[in-house]
Amino acid sequence: MERHFDEDLKALKELVLRMGSLAEDMIQKAVKALIERNDALTKEVFQLEDEVNHLHVEVDDQCLKLIALHQPMAADLRFITAAMKINSDLERIADHAVNASQTCHYHLFKETPVPQISFVTKMAEISQKMLKESLDAFSKKDVNLAKSVPEQDEEENRLKKQALNDLIELIQKDPSHAKQFVDLILLSKNMERIGDHAVNIAEDVIFMVMGKDIRHRF
Amino acid sequence: MNNISKIETKALDLFYGHFQALKNIHVSIPPQKITAFIGPSGCGKSTLLRAYNRMNDLIKGVKVTGEVLLDGKNIYSSKMKLISLRKRVGMVFQRPNPFPISTYENVAFGPRIHGITNREQLDNIVETSLKATGMWKDVKDKLQISALALAPEQQQRLCISRLLAVEPEVLLMDEPCSALDPIATAKIEELILELKKCLTVVIVTHNMQQAARVSDYSAFMLLGDLVEFGETKEVFTNPKDKRTQDYITGRFG
Repeated sequence: MERHFDEDLKALKELVLRMGSLAEDMIQKAVKALIERNDALTKEVFQLEDEVNHLHVEVDDQCLKLIALHQPMAADLRFITAAMKINSDLERIADHAVNASQTCHYHLFKETPVPQISFVTKMAEISQKMLKESLDAFSKKDVNLAKSVPEQDEEENRLKKQALNDLIELIQKDPSHAKQFVDLILLSKNMERIGDHAVNIAEDVIFMVMGKDIRHRF
Repeated sequence: MNNISKIETKALDLFYGHFQALKNIHVSIPPQKITAFIGPSGCGKSTLLRAYNRMNDLIKGVKVTGEVLLDGKNIYSSKMKLISLRKRVGMVFQRPNPFPISTYENVAFGPRIHGITNREQLDNIVETSLKATGMWKDVKDKLQISALALAPEQQQRLCISRLLAVEPEVLLMDEPCSALDPIATAKIEELILELKKCLTVVIVTHNMQQAARVSDYSAFMLLGDLVEFGETKEVFTNPKDKRTQDYITGRFG
């Protein structure tokens, strides 16, 4: 039996996916800005943040409304709680895109370019893939796709560690570019955190579909 | 699971004439917990509840096979005395049904039947039973007034007090709040939660939020089958059977 409530749930899902696609757009722009040294793009990221922030409030508001008015149970309840948690992760992801753009806009672009931005772009590639797949998994309720997301985090963490070690070494060898290298460390941190939030989303999808909590491997 | 069951139901079939109302029911009711039976009208939940103190025996043409074990003893065996069974397993109904006598006499009724005549002892039982349901302070000065003059919630409390007076081990509740307003319902739910400290409670309810709020275990029934039984938290957040999922999310149709 189709319920009116299903329309509300569908609308909520669309809001979350809209927010997801904005967050993806922001990361893409932030990374492109870094590669092309394009400051206009960093400003676009700042502008998009407003829309994400509005959606952040709106999604929570919708979730609270649905819980209070419909007292959802079982899969409905799991969907709504997952939407609330994914909402927070997406907002944090957008913040990382903004932080990365701020680093570029206020610091990195004011210095001489260095070729080592590849440390960050490699990580960004993985983070973007993880985020895309976690959102696809949410959209399609695809547990297998969701399960593949945390597996990619290991590579991301390895790259982060390597970037940190290599950049510290570079700072020691060539202190004249220390400012740029510190910026790259900050950017790599942003990319790594985006991957972590994508893992959270994937774990929430698994809980939403299967009712099984796989966080922290308990 | 026998050692942790207050009531163990084994292969229970129940027929009203040719109609099979319960089909091969296996379920263990844990002691000092609240177990809720949920399901659509006609699913057999009230019939199963009534099977636990043999209330169905009063219906013409009923045939029961299988076993219901109370502390390991089959209540359908010829050795089980009905009066003693119903003293141990009391029942509260949808509509409060106080006797048309005073509040005091309603509560003293059971103990008198079981042979207590000493006035002081009866006074004590009446006071303790009315205190247990939280209505003593409201009625202590009007114990001799007809119970029918009480508000519906107080009447339901009185019916529970009347059961407590004979110190039952199990309380069966068949939609105990459906005739009450939301405030009275909330108060009775609080009382049910209090009672589980010393009693095993089995409640039939159409109100799923009520089942979710008060029960420790839930059983979902459909067309005479027990579809799913488990911890209430699990049944309401992650039901295993699609039929349970459809029912509790209101998709049934």
